[in-house]
Amino acid sequence: MKAKITFILPFLFTAGIILAINIKPNPGEYQPIIYESGNSSEAKEAFDKMMDVLTHERCMNCHPNDNVPKQGEDSHPHYFDMARGENNMGFQATKCTTCHQKENNNYSGVPGAPHWSLAPAAMGWQGLSRTEIAQKLLNKETNGGKNHAELIKHMTEDELVLWAWEPGVDANGTPRELPPVSKAEFKTAVELWFENGAVIPSK
Amino acid sequence: MNVNGVSHTVNMTDENTPLLWVVRDVLDLKGTKFGCGKAACGACTLHVDGEAVRSCSYAIKFAEGKNITTIEGLGNEENPHPVQQAWIEEVVPQCGYCQPGFMMATAALLDMVPNPTDEDIDKNIINVCRCATYYRMRKAIHRAAALKSEKQPTETQSS
Repeated sequence: MKAKITFILPFLFTAGIILAINIKPNPGEYQPIIYESGNSSEAKEAFDKMMDVLTHERCMNCHPNDNVPKQGEDSHPHYFDMARGENNMGFQATKCTTCHQKENNNYSGVPGAPHWSLAPAAMGWQGLSRTEIAQKLLNKETNGGKNHAELIKHMTEDELVLWAWEPGVDANGTPRELPPVSKAEFKTAVELWFENGAVIPSK
Repeated sequence: MNVNGVSHTVNMTDENTPLLWVVRDVLDLKGTKFGCGKAACGACTLHVDGEAVRSCSYAIKFAEGKNITTIEGLGNEENPHPVQQAWIEEVVPQCGYCQPGFMMATAALLDMVPNPTDEDIDKNIINVCRCATYYRMRKAIHRAAALKSEKQPTETQSS
């Protein structure tokens, strides 16, 4: 018995060496293992579309980080030092609604929509990366306590949000620039991103 | 709509006609001025339900059923509003064109902030005066606040 083991072990060792030398793995045959949650490429595309809109001036101008609303395609500070005030709607007597009504005024070029106001200070986005914006968007401490369903509703139904696609004309009668993604595409992208778990891409 | 306590019915072909047009050209109340037409200068400021509004950028359809107050309705020679009284005392106007807008904005401010600080004035009175009467206006606003507070206890006692 002992003689058999003495014979088999060197045999196995030698065979292993021979196999290792002759059968080398081909790195080109390896397939990277991708961990996917839902359809990640579709969700990533939806995230990008959504962010193309959120980072556009039509949205960003009212999501300042310095309490000063911005105006125009160049996002200049709002004329006459108008600012957030205590409740996001201007000052005590001179408020957003002193000039901004429930709809655009195409005679004066003053934009308007229901509940015209700045986004809350906690939702200041200017100067942030897309990832940071998304983190603020999802964080209940900064988004006004909204869960995913409430965020979808806000982003796809709120009249002030959707004003971005009906921004009217400026004081010179020139139509304001629209976001780079259509309203329908944006709504679909928002729904798709949340359906896929609202994953924030790492890049 | 009710303008300076008087009920008016106006029929406009264009419901987006600015309230300023109706006040000046239909109701013939010329105190409210046209300045820029872009809600920037504030010469057209009046009150809608007590709130300061730039009437050049306020569609007439939104005024339906509302109470409108113009400079003519703020007070009169016999019984001037504290703001008007203060404006006279401080001899604020130079050319005077923008002053009704400033007075209406100030009256709205005093309704919200009876004793405004300079900072409150800076934030809320942002109309434009090409004669640069800002210094006298600031004095007049503080004076108006004092006049109004003097007047109010009397009104309370008499009521």
